[in-house]
This record gives sequence, C-alpha cells and structure tokens, in this order.
Amino acid sequence: MKRVLPVLLALFIGTSAYAQAPGGSAVAPTPANAAESVPKADPTSGSNSPTMGDAGSATTGNNQATSGSAGTGSGSAATSNAPAPAGAKGPQPKAWYDVLADKPIEEQGTFWMPKAVNQAADESDMMFYAVLALSIFFFVAIAVAVVYLTIKYRHRPGHKAEPSAAHNDVLEITWTVIPTLICVFLFWYGWHSYIRVVTPPNKAVEIDVLAQRWNWTFTHENGVTDSDLHIPANVPVRLVMTSKDVLHSFYAPAMRVKQDVVPRRYTYAWFNATKPGTYRLTCAEYCGTSHAQMACLDVDPVTDHCNRRAVVVVHKDLEEYERYLNDKVADQMNMAPVDLGKMLYDKKGCSSCHTVDGSARVGPSWKQPDWGKDIQIVGGTVKMDENYVRESILYPAKKARPGFPNSMPPFEGQLKDRELDGLIAYIKSLKQ
Amino acid sequence: MATTEAFPESLKSLPQAPVTEPDFLHVSKGWKSWAFTLDHKRIGMMYLFGILFSLLLGGSFALLLRTELWSPGRTIVGPDTYNQFFTLHGAVMVFLVIIPGIPAALGNIIMPIQLGAPDVAFPRLNLASFYLWVSGAILLVLTIPFGGLDTGWTLYTPYSLETHTAVMVATMGVFLLGFSSIFTGLNFLVTIHKFRPQGMGWFQLPLNIWAIYGTAIMQVLATPVLGITVLLLTVERFAHIGIFDPTMGGDPVLFQHFFWFYSHPAVYIMIIPGMGVISELISTYARKPIFGYRFVAYSSLSLALLSFLVWGHHMFVSGQSRLANMVFSALTFTVGIPSAIKVFNWVATLYKGDIRLKTGMLYGLSFLLLFTIGGLTGLFLGILSVDVHLHDTYFVVAHFHYVMMGSTLVAFLGALHHWWPKFTGRMYNESLGRTCAIGVFIGFNTTFLPQFVMGARGMPRRYWDYDPQYQIFHQISTIGAFILGISLFIVVCYLMASFWTGAKAARNPWGGSSLEWQAPTPPTLYNFEKPPIVHELYNYDDLVEVAPDRWERLSDAPEYQGAVPVASGSKEHH
Repeated sequence: MKRVLPVLLALFIGTSAYAQAPGGSAVAPTPANAAESVPKADPTSGSNSPTMGDAGSATTGNNQATSGSAGTGSGSAATSNAPAPAGAKGPQPKAWYDVLADKPIEEQGTFWMPKAVNQAADESDMMFYAVLALSIFFFVAIAVAVVYLTIKYRHRPGHKAEPSAAHNDVLEITWTVIPTLICVFLFWYGWHSYIRVVTPPNKAVEIDVLAQRWNWTFTHENGVTDSDLHIPANVPVRLVMTSKDVLHSFYAPAMRVKQDVVPRRYTYAWFNATKPGTYRLTCAEYCGTSHAQMACLDVDPVTDHCNRRAVVVVHKDLEEYERYLNDKVADQMNMAPVDLGKMLYDKKGCSSCHTVDGSARVGPSWKQPDWGKDIQIVGGTVKMDENYVRESILYPAKKARPGFPNSMPPFEGQLKDRELDGLIAYIKSLKQ
Repeated sequence: MATTEAFPESLKSLPQAPVTEPDFLHVSKGWKSWAFTLDHKRIGMMYLFGILFSLLLGGSFALLLRTELWSPGRTIVGPDTYNQFFTLHGAVMVFLVIIPGIPAALGNIIMPIQLGAPDVAFPRLNLASFYLWVSGAILLVLTIPFGGLDTGWTLYTPYSLETHTAVMVATMGVFLLGFSSIFTGLNFLVTIHKFRPQGMGWFQLPLNIWAIYGTAIMQVLATPVLGITVLLLTVERFAHIGIFDPTMGGDPVLFQHFFWFYSHPAVYIMIIPGMGVISELISTYARKPIFGYRFVAYSSLSLALLSFLVWGHHMFVSGQSRLANMVFSALTFTVGIPSAIKVFNWVATLYKGDIRLKTGMLYGLSFLLLFTIGGLTGLFLGILSVDVHLHDTYFVVAHFHYVMMGSTLVAFLGALHHWWPKFTGRMYNESLGRTCAIGVFIGFNTTFLPQFVMGARGMPRRYWDYDPQYQIFHQISTIGAFILGISLFIVVCYLMASFWTGAKAARNPWGGSSLEWQAPTPPTLYNFEKPPIVHELYNYDDLVEVAPDRWERLSDAPEYQGAVPVASGSKEHH
C-alpha cells in the first residue's frame, strides 16, 4: 500500500509537490542533511568553535554571538541586533540564543503546507496529500457529471424527460461498497500514522510546559525558563504540559503537533525535529482577549500587529542545546535588575497587555509618570510605589485600576524575589 | 406518457378550481390574529421573518469580522470586540438561523400541506414553541447590551466560567431555544405518524418529510442534553459547585463531551432537512423521480442515528484517550457513507431528465457541489493523524461553513424560492433570483476556498491578528464575504418586494407533484378546499405546463376525468 500512495499522489498533485512534502522527512535525517543546514546556523556555529560551552558570565555569551555574526557577515538578524559598545548604559545586547530565536521563520513548503520537520509526521503528511488527491478526483468526477447532465438534459423546446429506471440495486450497492472500502482504508492508515505521531520513544528530552493567558513558559531540566521553546535537532523531545487558567493548545504547524493544554491535568506532546531553524508556535484553543497574540514579544505600536511571537528554536545538535541551557542560567543569574525586568517583560507575556510607551492596551502602560504619587484604583486611591507594583503583579485583582478589564492572571508563586525586584526596577526606569 | 404528447387547446384556459374560502393570509385581520394564531402557516411565517432578521444580524457580524481580518493587527476593532463578533456570529447563525431555518420556519409552513394535513398535531404547542424561540432569541440578542459574549459559540469551560461577559443571559437564551426545538420536533413526529391522509404510506412520503422526520427524532433525543449542559454551566457560574471548574476538582473537558453530544447531532439537525429539500428541488426541476428513493430515505434515518455516535471527533486533541479517538474516528467514517450515497443518487436523478434551471434548481445544483466539498474535506478531519494538524485551524472553519452554510443555508434559500409562491401567493423576480443564486455560489466559494489553504498552512481559528503570509488569502476571503452578503441582501429585498409588485402565483408554478401543489395558492386556513388526491410520488408524466409558471395535472381537468390512469392512492377520492 505504501507503494500505491505515492503513485496516486504523483498522478493528482504532480511529482514536485510530493517530492517536497513527505520526502525530506520520510528519510531519516542523514549527516548530509545536517551538513546542508550548517550555513544557515552560521552565527551559532561560529560561537561553537571556541568551546566555551559551560562558561559562565553573560558577557561571554553575548560576545560569542557578536563575534559569530560579525565573522560570517551574513546573518542579517544577528547583525541588525549588533550590540552597543560594551560598558555603555543602554539596552543589553541580545544573547546568542535570543538572536537565533529572532531569526525569521523558515517554513518553506508546498502550496498547501509548510514542510514537516518532525520525523514522526511523514505518514500523516502522506495521508493529507493522498486524501487531497482522492477528494479532487471525486469532486471533479461529481462536478463533471453534474455539469454534463445539466447541459445534456437541459430543458429546451421539444425536449422531454425520458423514462429511466427509478433505482438500480447493483449501482446502489456499488456506490455504497466503494466509499465503505475507502473509508476503512482511510481510517486504518489514519490510526496507524496517528499512533506514530503520539507515541514518544522511551528516551526523550523532557520539557515542562506551562500555558497561561497569554504566555508559554517552557521549563527545562536544569530549571531554565523561557517563552521560546529551545530544543535540539534529531533528538526526541517530550512536552509535559499543563495550564494555569483556561484551555490552551500547543500548536507547532511545522511539527504537525497539536495538543490541548488543560488546567490541573497533564497532557503530552512529542516530536523529533529534523532540521535546525526557527518555527512558528501558536495557541490553537481560544483563550480570551490575546489568544491570537499568545506569547507575543513585540507588538507594532501602530497596528497592534504582533511582529515577533514565541517560536520553536531547533538547535543543530544536543551540544548546542546544552550550551543554551547553561548560558541561559548564567545570564539570568548575572543580569542587572533592570535588564532582568526587561527580559521578563518580553518573556513572561507582559508585553501582550502592557506597553512601555505610555499608551494603554489591555492593561495600563508600564510607563508611569505618576510614580510616587497617589493614583486612582477601583474604590479609592493608592500610592504608586514598589509595594503597589509588587502586589499588583502577585494579586492583580486586589487593587485594580478603573477602565481596565480585570483579566490579568495572578503571578503568585511564579516569580522569584529577584525577578520581582527586576520587574519593579524596570518599571521605575521607564517613569521619565 | 402518451397523454403529455399533446394537450388540447382547451386546457390552456383551464381555470383554477374556484376557491371560495379566503386564503390564510386574509382569513382574519389585526395583530392579534397573528400573535395568537394557531395556524401552522402563520406561525411558520413569523418564524421566517424572525429568522431572516437573525440572518441579517449574524451576517452583519460576519462582514464586520471579515473586515477586521483585512489586515494583520487592528483594521477596525480591537481583539475584545473581534472576539465578540465571532462569538455572536456563531451563536446567532447556529441557534437562531440554521437550526430553526428549515424545520421550524419552512417545515412549519410546508410540511403539513405536503403531508396533506390540515395543520400540525398540536397547534397550541406549536405556538408555544414559537414564543419560546422568540424569548430565547431576545435573550441571545440581549447579551449585546449586557456586556456581549466572547466565549465562542461553543461556550468551552473554564473560560466561560471566568469571562466577565453575559454568559448567563446567553445560556438562558440557549436553554429556551432548546425547548422550542424539542417541542417542534415532538409536534412533527406526531403529525407525521398520525396525520397522513388515506393512501399515503411511509414510502409515499416525500423525501422532504422523511428528512424532517429524521430531524425531529434528533431534536427530541439530543436537545435535552444541551438543556442540561447549559443549565449545569449556569449553576456552575453562580453557585460554584465544581462540575466543570478545575480549581474545584471539576473537569473542563467533561463540558466538551456534553456540548458535542448535542452539537454533533445538531449538525445533522441542520443538514438533514437541507438534504430533504434538495431531493424535492432536484426531482421537481429535473422532472424525474428521485433515483433510489428508499436508499435516500434510509440514509436520512441512518445519518440521524449515526450522528449520535461521533461527537468525540470534535475532541481528538482535547486529551481524550487514544482508544476513544480510535473508536470515534472509525465511527466518523461511517457517517460519510450515507452522505456519499445521497450525492450519487441526486446526480443520477438528473439522468434523462428535462432540467429547468429555475432559481430553486440553481440552489439545488449549488448544494450538490458545495456539499460534496464539505463532505470530502470532512474526510481529512476524520483521519486522526491529519486532524492533529488541521484541528482548530481555518481548514475546519472552511469545512463546516461548506456544510452549514454552503449546504444548509443554500438549501434553505432553495426551499424559500421553491415554496415562496405557494405561501405568499406572489412570484418573485426570476432573473434577479437566478443572478443572486449565482452570486451566492461565487461569493461563497471565494470566501471559503482560500480558508482551506490557510488552515492547512497552520492559521488557527478565532485569531484577531495573523501572520502576514496569510493576508492575501484573508483579503480574497473578505471580498467573497461581501459578494455573498450583497447577494443575500438583494435576495431579501426582492422577496419582500414581491409582496407588492410580484405577479399572482398559480397553484402549481413549478410543476411539483407533491400534495402542497394541490392546495390553493396561498392555501386556505385548513390548507385544502377538498381532500387532496394522493398521486404516485414524484410522477411528473401527468403534469403539463399550460402557461409559463403554471402547471396543471391532466387528470384533474374536468374533460379528462377518468380518462387518464392515476395512481392507486387516488381511487378512494373519486
């Protein structure tokens, strides 16, 4: 049967589409494949050579990224993020792993679908194209029959309906049995490929996923948290997911993985990414106001369009993934409070509701000219200071601001004291 | 056959049988004669105007949300308003337009006449159903001033337990609408069982009545589950008893089971009456008996029963067990088979026919093509592994619009045009009718075909903002939506205009063979001035077009009495 499908496909969609679709992922990734993708991951491969894998400080991490991109001179995303001179007060240069995550999404594919980069999705893609071919065949057959019969037997002067059999058991049974056989076949292969998509191998890198309005928090083995999902290529990754509030759904189109995330329950997803790069990550279960901008890290000030949302970053190998884990821990430990606050603003989903330019969105802006003064809250006033900000992060409903929906989730238990200090420092830094 | 070869000149002036009684529109006057009417036709007309108004409302929300999607980010409104647009669009269209569209409105007007009955079995219950519908509709519309509704029409927990919008108003509305639907179904079941005239056995029932019968079974059996579900949701919202609320040990996914246990059969409550209508349209305008009558009748019933067993296919990625997924996937494919049988039979009916492309037939043929696309794309979603990718994307949106709008609403429009002359007594503008039917077909496909591509490329549904790669598809879709919206608006306009400007309709303008065409146009209070003659079903041999849009049965002409062989059922009346 596996030989028949490609033939069907070739007939109805054309070989080029087929070759693009399941071809790449049907074959187990070879070293040659990996080698081809090396130039794309250049900035990082540059940082790979000085084997400082588990090195400590944030500055070394950043320098690696800069030297890498400067060296190749090709990574446009990396060069555009070229850091300000060291020591100058200003925005911190981005860490190499965030530069990777900022790279434009690369999801080439056919007219119909982005190319699958999950090894387990090859059969399901083949099913998609097979059913597409089948559907086009049946639709064309029925449409041609309808149009042909309508023209041939249209009413015109002198034309009359002719008698014909009102039923024909042989015909009826034929067109009952054929769809039945097709359906049995489709069900069986659908089930077979589904089991492949949902059954992880015994050994896999496990990552905890917490979904909440409107952010993803991915927690790795060593405690590193991030709203971009960093994973190694060619290694099975298993996600253990739960939600803090309402239903969400983890959906990475290029991985062909979708799984609802349910509060107070764990659901699972896994995949084995075959190609390094950045891929889209979306929420597919409606979760309220910013459902469409789940984990948005950069909102366009004019249109409110989300320019950069959390992504799946596939590192080229396990080694690079481990370096991400180590560098990220170190960076989070050594950041200045203001920078930590800025980083958390991007990574905890704060930016999907709060601006830093003084304009209101779902929530009040973090740029508060009223710092230190009394401000209006529902049912009274309160002094806008460190204590108020801290309380509003941990228990937002307690002293809500008038004119804003009371929809912020409480962050109690989710932020360390150092992180709270960072957020407060960042908000204070915006007040001018 | 021989009788239709040539008909005498005298027949061209065949008078309509004299109608001494006033028709049902003029039998009594004043608003009370409508508000307290027990006449199924007047109740049906009131439903129809309510539904057309709701269609306008739901359609406006559709155009607003399509306009918002013209560009990524903000085009006209922010995300909260957009979320309300799609929720209200869905809730209004599903609960107020598509579910009651064919059964409650056109079913009420036509079904008893088609059956040869003077009214439904329980006229007072019928009126009560209508007022339940009105109350439910008012509550659902009242959600707009009471803070809107932003849960999606599916009301999934736990979001619907937390949102600050008017969920309670909406659930109470849905609860009342559910009872309206149950009572209507009950009424029709009894009517079809008990009010058939002499000579009309089960297999002399027009397929439209078979479809309404299948629908009524589902309405009675499935809708109570919806009532219980929204009641539990309401109780959970104000009393916090922990059924669905995970923080109290409840199970949010349980709500999805309850909801789809009703809402999947509801999809068939929407589509099966459409299939019934299409059987009538294709047979009448092709001048042929429907091919494989019994297969089509049985497939309506088997769809009605199978639809109860497939609700879990809405939950393949909800976290339900793999075993459940396997069972539901297998059962889902069984639904495809009766649907395929129907399509093949409709196409085969065209063979050797004499196809008249009236407005009704254009909608009939549109249905065939659109339902085929809707059905075939359902295969993608029944396949477990493919559904994982396509679930909750625009592919699903396009698929169910092809079924619910492309099929059900197109069938509703076809039915409206087919029976409009019968119950209003007026002809509408036929060329405008045909133009708009083509406009609907083009507008619909322009709107929803691009959404299949977007969905397969991974565009999730219910998204206010989207990746720029989808913009071109969204723009095509929005243009299509406006073509569709304008076409539908013109349809409503010329139909309304026909009350004042339309030519008087003949008793049988399309040459239909079922009993409603024997009734006066418009029918009298009790539908028939004399007991209807049950001819052989879908036999058009005996009908001749004596003038444009005016058909007479030769056997009814006085000079031909007894000369033409008529079906066995008619003998008792002579």
